[in-house]
Amino acid sequence: MSRMEAATTSRIEADLGRFRQIVRGRVREELKKHLGRYEMLGRQAGRTVSIPVPHLELPRFAHDTGGRLVGQGEGQPGEGSGAGEHPGEHILEAEFTIEELAQMLGEALELPRIRPKGQEELLSPSRRYSGIAPVGPESLRHFKRSYRQALRRMLASGVYDPQRPRVELVRADRRYRSWRPVLRPRANAVIFYLMDVSGSMGNEQKEIVRSESFWIDAWIRSHYQGVRNIYIVHDAAAKEVDRDTFFRLRESGGTVISSAYELAARILEERFPPQDWNLYVFHFSDGENYSRQDTMRCVKLLQDRLLPALNLFGYGQVESYGTSGDFLDALEAHFAADERVALSRIPNRDAIGDSIRTFLGRGR
Amino acid sequence: MNLPLELVRQQKRIEAAAHEFGLRFFPVIFELVDYRQMNALAAYGGFPTRYPHWRFGMEFQQLSKSYEYGLHRIYEMVINNNPTYAYLLEGNTTVDHKMVMAHVYGHADFFYNNVYFAHTDRKIVDTMANHATRIRRYQERYGLETVERFLDACLSIDDLIDPGAVFRPPKPRRSMDEDAPEPLEPPRLPAKPYLERYVNPPEYLDALREKRRKVREKTKRFPPEPERDVLGFLLHEAPLENWERDILNIVREESYYFLPQRQTKIMNEGWATYWHSTILTQRCLSASELVDYADRHSGALAMAPGRLNPYKLGLELFRDIERRWDRGQFGPEWEACDDMIERAHWDRKLGLGREKIFEVRRLHCDVTLLDEFLTADFCQRMQLFVTEPGKRKGQPVISSRDFQQVKQSLLFQFTNGGSPLIEIVDANFRNRGELLLVHRHVGVDLRIDWAREVLAGMTRIWHRPVRLETIRQGKPVRLGHDGKRPSEEDLDAVTRAEAG
Repeated sequence: MSRMEAATTSRIEADLGRFRQIVRGRVREELKKHLGRYEMLGRQAGRTVSIPVPHLELPRFAHDTGGRLVGQGEGQPGEGSGAGEHPGEHILEAEFTIEELAQMLGEALELPRIRPKGQEELLSPSRRYSGIAPVGPESLRHFKRSYRQALRRMLASGVYDPQRPRVELVRADRRYRSWRPVLRPRANAVIFYLMDVSGSMGNEQKEIVRSESFWIDAWIRSHYQGVRNIYIVHDAAAKEVDRDTFFRLRESGGTVISSAYELAARILEERFPPQDWNLYVFHFSDGENYSRQDTMRCVKLLQDRLLPALNLFGYGQVESYGTSGDFLDALEAHFAADERVALSRIPNRDAIGDSIRTFLGRGR
Repeated sequence: MNLPLELVRQQKRIEAAAHEFGLRFFPVIFELVDYRQMNALAAYGGFPTRYPHWRFGMEFQQLSKSYEYGLHRIYEMVINNNPTYAYLLEGNTTVDHKMVMAHVYGHADFFYNNVYFAHTDRKIVDTMANHATRIRRYQERYGLETVERFLDACLSIDDLIDPGAVFRPPKPRRSMDEDAPEPLEPPRLPAKPYLERYVNPPEYLDALREKRRKVREKTKRFPPEPERDVLGFLLHEAPLENWERDILNIVREESYYFLPQRQTKIMNEGWATYWHSTILTQRCLSASELVDYADRHSGALAMAPGRLNPYKLGLELFRDIERRWDRGQFGPEWEACDDMIERAHWDRKLGLGREKIFEVRRLHCDVTLLDEFLTADFCQRMQLFVTEPGKRKGQPVISSRDFQQVKQSLLFQFTNGGSPLIEIVDANFRNRGELLLVHRHVGVDLRIDWAREVLAGMTRIWHRPVRLETIRQGKPVRLGHDGKRPSEEDLDAVTRAEAG
C-alpha cells in the first residue's frame, strides 16, 4: 500500500502538470482581455511573474443563489453575516517568465518584431562553438571525432585488424570542441518613461500607466540584449527618479510638459549617443498642459532635439472623468504623418491593449 | 501495515470501545501518510488510484497552497469500502490520532448501516483502479485531449442522475420488437355480412381505434416518461463510440457511488463527531490528554461566522434527538403542550435516546433528517439564520431568523444536493433528433452562462443540438446549443406565434 501511495504522488504530479498546461493555455488565449487587470509590479520574483487566473471549473447546471443561504451565529437581521466571498472564487496563479509573456503579448496583439536600427554599426564580439581542436578541456571532448581520428591513425599505420575491429584511443587522438570569436550585431536600447504626476493624475491613471509600461518594457526587452530604463516624472518641474518612485510618487502642482522633454533631451544627449543606442520615449499624461505656449515649446523640442535621435516616441493620454486635455490634439496636428510618433488615447483599462498596439505596431 | 505499534494498540482499544457501544463496521485499515500524500489523496477523493484528470491537479494545488499558508490541514479521510480505508496524517500528536481513529469508526459504522449506502460498491478501490487503467488506455489510443474533452463533457453533467433509482428495479429498456407497432385497425370477429353490425358494432370499433391511436401517440414520445437519469439515458441512446460509452459509464458509476456521501453530509459528520466524543471522553482518553482533546474538538466544531458547519449541526442534532427521546419529548402530547414551563421540565424518563439515534442513522439522509428533527427550539438555540445578498458584492447580510424560513432554506439547500432538478423530456424534439431537457424551476434561476457551456459540452455526447427549457427572471426561455453556437428562444413569443 505504501508503494501505492508513492504512485499516488507521482500521478498527482502528472495531473498537476496537465492542469498547469491548461491554465497557461487559457492565459495565453485571454491575455488581451486581461492586459489591464493584472497587477504586475510587485509580483515580479526574479525572472518570473505570477499571474492570477480565474478559477477553472467544470461548468454545471447550478442555481444562481446569490447569497441566499443558511448560516449560524450572532447578529440581527439586516446586519452583515460575516460570511466572506462566495466559495469557489479562489485565485490561482500561474508563473511565466518575462520572455514568455512578451511572446504571448506579441501573439495576442499581432505585433511585428522590432527591427533594431544600426545593426551594422553596433558590433560586439561573442563566441560560437563551431570548430574542432586537438587541445581543450575534457568537458568539451568530442567523442565521435576522437574515435574517428583514432581509427584513421590505426588504418594509416596498418594496426587496424578488420577481423578484430578494436579501436584504441591514444592521447593525440583526442579532439575537442572549440569556439571561434564572431562579431555579432549588438542592439542596446534605452526606454525613457515620462509621466505627469500633477494633481490631476489619480491612482487609477497611474495603474494604467503601470500596466502599460510593464507590457511595453516586456516587449522591447525581448528584442534587445541590454535595455536600460530612465524614469522621469514631472509636474511643473521634471526630475529623474527610480522605478519605484516613478509609480508611487504623487505631486500636486501644475503641469509643464516641456520641462520633462527638456530633461529627457539633456539626458539623451549626455549619456546616450543615438548612433550607439536604440532610443524609445513614452510619455503618459492626462493632457492638461499649463499653457498653449508651453505646448508649442514641446512640439519644438520634439522636432529639433528628440525625434531625430529616436526610434519611437509614444504619447499616451490617460483620460479620466472630467478632464479635457488637448495636448494630444496639438501633437496630432503636428506629427500625424510622422512614422516615429505614435499617439493613443487610453480612456480606461480595457483600452490598454489597443494602445500598446498603436505604440508597438510599427515594428520600430 | 506501516502503523507504529503504539497506534496499533490505540486502534485496538478504540475499536473495542466502538464495538461495546454497538457500532458495526467492515474491518478498518489505517494508513499513516505525510502531508503531501494526504493532499494528493484528498485531491483524488481519498482514492490512491483515480483516472488522470486535470481537476485533481487543480484540487491538489489548492490544498497544497492552503496547507503551506497554514490555512487548513486535513485531519481525516475515510473511504467507504470493504475493508474501510482511512488515513492518518504523519506528525500529528497521539491525541489527534486517537480522535481521528474514533471519528473514523463513526464513519465506518455509518457507511455499513445507513440504507443510502446499501447499494454502493464496496470494492470501489479496485473498481476505481480499473476505471483508471481503462481511461489511461483510451488516452494512449485516442489522444489525451480527445479523451479529456469527452471526459469534461461527461463530468459537467455527472450530477444528473436519479437518486431514487437505486431503490427501484431497473426500468425495462426498449425492446426490439416494439419497433413494429400494433396496427391501428382493430381486429374483427368473422361474421356474415348481415350480422356484421351486431358482431362488430361500429361504435365499439371506433372507440378501439381511438384508444390505439392514443397508445401509439404515447409510445412515439421518447422517453415515454421524463427521465432524471440523464447519464443513464445518454449511455443507452446517444450515438457513441465504444470507448466513449465506457467513459460515460465510468463517470456514471462513480457518480452513483459518491451520491450517498453528498446526501448525508450532516448525518455522516454529525454521527462520527458524536462517536469520537463519546468514545474518547468515556473510554479512551487519559486525564493528561483531556485539554488537548478539548482544544481539537472545539476546533473541529468551530462555527466560521455565517457558515454552516456540518460537524456542529450534525452533532447537535443527534444530541438533541437523543435528549428528546430520553425525556419523551415527542408524540402528540408533547406537540400539543404549549406551556413553556411544563415543556422545559418535561421528562418521562423513557431512556430511548440511544436507540432512537441508531435508528435515525440507519434510515435517514440529510433532507429527511432536517425535515423531521429540526425544531423551532433547536433552530433558536443554534442561532440559525438565512442570509440574502447584501449591497456589497460577496457580502451577504442576515435576512431572517424565522424558523419556517430557516427550515425552508435549509431543506432547499440540501434537496438534490442543492442542485437544480433537470430531466430529459424529449429525445426527438421537433422530430429532428434534438435533445430537449427541462429544468423544474423551484423559484431560483440557473446560472445561465454555465448552463450554456454545459449544453455545448452535451452536444459532444449527443451529436445533435441540445436544448434546455428554463425560466429566467420570470420568463420562460429555451436555451440551446448546436455544437457551434448557442441559441436562445423566448418561449412566450413561440407560444404566441403558434397561437397566431
